[in-house]
Amino acid sequence: MTELEVTGLSCRRGGRPVVRNISFTLARGELLALTGRNGSGKTTLLRALALLVTADEGAIRWQGTDIRHDRDGWRRQIAWLGHLDGLKGDLSVRENLANACHLRETPAIRVDEALAAFDLTPLAKRAARTLSAGQRRRAALARVAAADAPLWLLDEPLNALDSPSQAALRTVLGDHLAAGGLAIAATHAPIDVPNARVLELA
Amino acid sequence: MTGFSALLARDLRLVWRRPGDVMVVLAFFVVATVLFPLGIGPETNLLARIAAGILWCAALFAALLSLERLFAADYEDGALDLLLLAPWPLELAALAKCLAHWIVTGLPLALLAPLMGLLFGLSGEALWAVAATLLVGTPALSLIGGLAAALTLGARRGGALLALLALPLCVPTLIFGAGAVEAVAIGEGFLTHLAILGALALLSLATLPWAIAAALRQAGE
Repeated sequence: MTELEVTGLSCRRGGRPVVRNISFTLARGELLALTGRNGSGKTTLLRALALLVTADEGAIRWQGTDIRHDRDGWRRQIAWLGHLDGLKGDLSVRENLANACHLRETPAIRVDEALAAFDLTPLAKRAARTLSAGQRRRAALARVAAADAPLWLLDEPLNALDSPSQAALRTVLGDHLAAGGLAIAATHAPIDVPNARVLELA
Repeated sequence: MTGFSALLARDLRLVWRRPGDVMVVLAFFVVATVLFPLGIGPETNLLARIAAGILWCAALFAALLSLERLFAADYEDGALDLLLLAPWPLELAALAKCLAHWIVTGLPLALLAPLMGLLFGLSGEALWAVAATLLVGTPALSLIGGLAAALTLGARRGGALLALLALPLCVPTLIFGAGAVEAVAIGEGFLTHLAILGALALLSLATLPWAIAAALRQAGE
């Protein structure tokens, strides 16, 4: 069943059009991998989907309704991983995850599960600023998993991850899709999960 | 827990983990105030007359000193995106950030100012006037400074630009804040000034969260 429908989406970045006339649909259990050269508009497309960037043209529909009609309702549906990790250095890893849940007004009941999935349980009490880049990335991914949102928007989720962590991400992503979730990931390396489709941006 | 209280609690906890940031601001306030008697000389009458103006200016500069990081930290580590994506109004997030700033700077400055006032030879009602006007006036400073901080996000030399933007907007608050002690000196009482400061703070409260939210959305693009 198609949940997300994007038609004719175009956006600019610094006055220059970077996303031109993009259309796709995404059903439950599907992952869309956005590929393309640097500067091809992967991040801009993700930010437009999250309403962080205003699209010039086109429509984004979630379950048949234009998302601009209920922005807060749409924000509840998405979990966001930007190219910045969005962690507070002086908070512990667990505090970061719990606080991110509270900020989106969802109960922080999946925090421990998400920490365990990314092998972060031993680091849960460490301040985020003491983590390595790969550990921070894992914490940011755990934040996405803990958010309990149907649609994950991931910008370069594999960045800085070693191969066990990449495997962990594949498992978590696979479980999310199997449970009827959706995901859109901008990526250079292929993400090896079932039901993955590729949209190449020119 | 609502998003508003979660954000407020997070910001207060972050300050609690790094108390040095607040201590620097309070120490700046004390040092800046103490410099005036040293520069002007020990003329008690003159010092008592200009004390309120000095305390208010020093409080204003001290508040500005800490405002630069108000949104910049969230902007740099990506936490701003999470605020922009939160399913509740960004105006409330702006308000929570400014409230946290007021609790850790405006409030302690208002409590510290009467102590500094003693050094200037202020007494009785004048000390109360300094504390009360700062207590009622500093929320407006936090909100005005919050707007300047949001507008200068991502700008080079944001700190200097922030001061240039915020200082002129703080002039009305400064005039009525410092004027209250003058009014006490000529026996008028400071309630009128306090009421005007309260009105300025409420005006800021009713308008600036929307402006700050708009500036934050712009910075997030």
